[in-house]
Amino acid sequence: MSIFSLLPELWLLGLVCALFVASISDKKQSVASWLPMAAGLGVLAALFALGERGEFLYAAYKLDGLSQFFKLLIAFGFAVVTGIAAGNKEGKDLTPDYFMLLALSAWGLMLLASCVELITLYLALELSSYSLYALIPLRGQDRRAAEAGIKYILFGAAVTALALFGLSYIIAAKHTTYLSGLAATSWSFADAPMAVIGLTLFLAGFFYKLALFPFHFWCPDVYQGAKNETAAYVATIPKLGAVVVLVRLAAFVAPHLEVTTILAILGAVSMTAGNLAALVQRDLKRLLGFSSVAHAGYVMLGLAAGSAAGMSAAAFYSLAYILMNLAAFYVVCAIAKNDENPSLDDLDGLYKRAPALAMILAVAAFSLVGLPPTAGFAGKLFLLSAAWDQGYHWLVIVAVLNTAISIYYYLSMVRHAYTGESDAPAIVWPRGYLIFGGALAVLVLLLGILPAPLYDLAAQAAGQLHP
Amino acid sequence: MMTQNGFPVVTALIVVPLVAAVALLFMRRDWTVRMTTLAVGILECLLSLPLLGYVPDGPAFQFVEKADWLPALGMTYHLGVDGLSLYMILLTALMLPLCVLGSWTYIAKRVTEFHVCLLLMTASCIGVFAALDFVLFYVFWEAMLVPMYLLIAVWGGPRRRYASIKFFLYTLAGSTLLLAAIVAFRQVGGTFSIPELMEKSYAFKFQFWAFLAMALAFAIKVPMFPFHTWLPAAHVEAPAAGSVLLAAILLKMGTYGFLRFCLPLTPAAAETFAPLLIAVSIAGIIYGGCIALGQTDIKKLIAYSSVGHMGFVTLGIFLFSVKGVSGAILQMLNHGITTGGLFMMIGLLYERSHSREIADNQGLGKFMPAFMFLFGVFSLSSLAFPGTNSFIGEVLVLIGAFQGNPWVGFAAVPGAMLAAAYMLRLLQRVTWGEPAAYKPSWGDLGLREWVTLAPLGILVFYIGLAPALCIKTIEPSITRVLSAMEAKNTAMGLHKDMSMAERFNLAAPLAVAEAVDAVSKEHP
Repeated sequence: MSIFSLLPELWLLGLVCALFVASISDKKQSVASWLPMAAGLGVLAALFALGERGEFLYAAYKLDGLSQFFKLLIAFGFAVVTGIAAGNKEGKDLTPDYFMLLALSAWGLMLLASCVELITLYLALELSSYSLYALIPLRGQDRRAAEAGIKYILFGAAVTALALFGLSYIIAAKHTTYLSGLAATSWSFADAPMAVIGLTLFLAGFFYKLALFPFHFWCPDVYQGAKNETAAYVATIPKLGAVVVLVRLAAFVAPHLEVTTILAILGAVSMTAGNLAALVQRDLKRLLGFSSVAHAGYVMLGLAAGSAAGMSAAAFYSLAYILMNLAAFYVVCAIAKNDENPSLDDLDGLYKRAPALAMILAVAAFSLVGLPPTAGFAGKLFLLSAAWDQGYHWLVIVAVLNTAISIYYYLSMVRHAYTGESDAPAIVWPRGYLIFGGALAVLVLLLGILPAPLYDLAAQAAGQLHP
Repeated sequence: MMTQNGFPVVTALIVVPLVAAVALLFMRRDWTVRMTTLAVGILECLLSLPLLGYVPDGPAFQFVEKADWLPALGMTYHLGVDGLSLYMILLTALMLPLCVLGSWTYIAKRVTEFHVCLLLMTASCIGVFAALDFVLFYVFWEAMLVPMYLLIAVWGGPRRRYASIKFFLYTLAGSTLLLAAIVAFRQVGGTFSIPELMEKSYAFKFQFWAFLAMALAFAIKVPMFPFHTWLPAAHVEAPAAGSVLLAAILLKMGTYGFLRFCLPLTPAAAETFAPLLIAVSIAGIIYGGCIALGQTDIKKLIAYSSVGHMGFVTLGIFLFSVKGVSGAILQMLNHGITTGGLFMMIGLLYERSHSREIADNQGLGKFMPAFMFLFGVFSLSSLAFPGTNSFIGEVLVLIGAFQGNPWVGFAAVPGAMLAAAYMLRLLQRVTWGEPAAYKPSWGDLGLREWVTLAPLGILVFYIGLAPALCIKTIEPSITRVLSAMEAKNTAMGLHKDMSMAERFNLAAPLAVAEAVDAVSKEHP
């Protein structure tokens, strides 16, 4: 085992250091020129390390299929967010320290993907969260940013405390903090009531990251208050960290145990609450915020299934989710005037003002609905199959009915873009960034048409948890 | 990829328009875009010619193409053609060049996007009719919604926003439950392959719910009364080519879904629900006819007549007799030709008079004799005049109905009379009514318009006078479906007089066989 097996983490840590140096340097130069490229190299590093396996730090840090798969996604997501941010030439707040905090959070999430011990997990979670606490209020003089920051910190702190409290219960009941040790014991309420309560509380910390009902109240306000680029990050990458941990934890509870039933119920409520609330939103970022609450609910289908198919479906769906959500946020960032929050009406006549952006938005919206042939459809199909196979018929029915509800607000985005009329001037957006956004849309379509290679990768990763 | 005939005909029919759609995005001049799409349309027609080599008595599915798609979940890229889908695919291919020609002057804005939508529609519609993998079917089924939505929303009439959203919400909401049914079939049947699923039997309880989930999606698409409210709005607001595609192809997907899935996969449930669906079909026939009778807008009149015509199709399907189902399939084809032709003509009329009101388009026989001749042909076909295509289809359905239950036949007959009433009234007023003020734009049909309408006009008489050719191709597939259905129901022990509770106790034949095996092993 060589140091190269940790290449993705090391590369990102190197980036953090480079950004730190840039932020304290006297020459106030923009890092936007080289950062997307450097982050792109991080994706290559993650790709290179995809097959690495091994254990570090007394087996608390493990490189397996799941961790390497998610590291690739995190590296990719980080590269896309820096790409989106680099496209914003007007953003005065996009300083090196902004990107440093972003990179630090992504680094924490990468560590989270490999942690297989509860205390290490907790530390990595905090590492990824603290930089976000600093990032969210960073938005010029906007009062809403301060409100968003406070909300995120207060909710985050409360849920973290809850998770820590849960952790203490688990340790007290099971006398181990290693996931492998915990997986070997029973998780039925009758056998270990304290541990089950502890696990539920510990999971809450990750539900918060995932914005699952009822831990979602921060989500729309924070998206609305944060800078567009920050919102694009917060809405996507930290969710990957949450999913990877939830996949690991859900792997040791069997279907129809109490904890799994809680997951299923939370999923159902989350889908419904998120979709219903999104129906009435006008602010695009708030709309996407509530939609992400609904999507967190969909992911629960895979986790509640508790099978290898369910885990791989959840992993695949989170990939689809970050792709389509980043594509949507890409458009949000592109159409925002003076870093303001765009509303549905700002999309009016987009087909005329920026046909390519309208197309990217349509692909993203239809994928978020789950319409074929997009990644969102493939992901949803895998989730539904996995949940149905484990007998969660009611959950599948709730999920498809929710899809029907969600059509309205996703479609209204496309409707405004394609049928609305506006006198606003054409959006000038550099061709290079258009190609970048187009590539995101193409990936969304490609993953819907040919999901096999990445699904197999996710299945391999999940197969190791469920041999 | 495994193909039966060497050249992958069906894949080519799907891929060519897709590739052309991407190529159009790089074209600048409107004329080039139109010519390219027309060329692709003609190429589609030529490419579909090998399908005429379909052997009625041959294997159930021909021109089969199969390749792995997602082996981990058993999803395959599996296409094939049988008697149920053959004419639908041919009709779809034929409609593309006709729609391009019909919209040549009608569509003036965003020409490239319009033609991209036409091409995407064609590709996904052919995919729907040819898919033999349940997921692949669903992919094409849903993918078709987006271009159709845009056709209505962007190039439609004044209330296009309302109509397009209603269309999208109705049809997509209906088909979400279809997705749940697909997932359920995989779990119970162990595969997504439609031919393999057809060979298996399912317990009644499962069939009951699966049928309901699928039937809702299909009934909305047909549309069956009372799920039809999206249709008149969509038809009236859509541009001419959109209405043609809606009428000719899109509505057929619903009835095709009933034939492809509900009858073979859930035969016992289909038989249980048949009386209800027959009643709803008859209600649709009468309702559509009555409402059409009261219309003053020509396009609305034809739209409501579609509700009635599609009622005949669903009636034919749920009669479960070879005559009824043959009539239904023939009617699917006929409705596509006739109503497609009528919508095309209304588009041409609107270009001339800028109104779709009957009152504004009266007495046109004087100004546009050739136009009125063709309008007369399609109108007579629509009211099922003997010698035209719809006559054969409607008569077959009615014979099937009378054979099954004379009361059903009697109940459907007024529908045919209503059709005669509203179509003749329309024809009389538009051709011979008190002429509206003469408009210089009222020139007769030009060459392009003749070329657009003539193929459909020829088909009206070709099928009307020599229907045996079509029926011969369709019948073996129908017989296959119906006899399999009957065999499964008999093996299950389903009787017509059974109560619902008794039906719920019916086990799948496969399960019965396994139980018998288990008992014989225990007591040798």
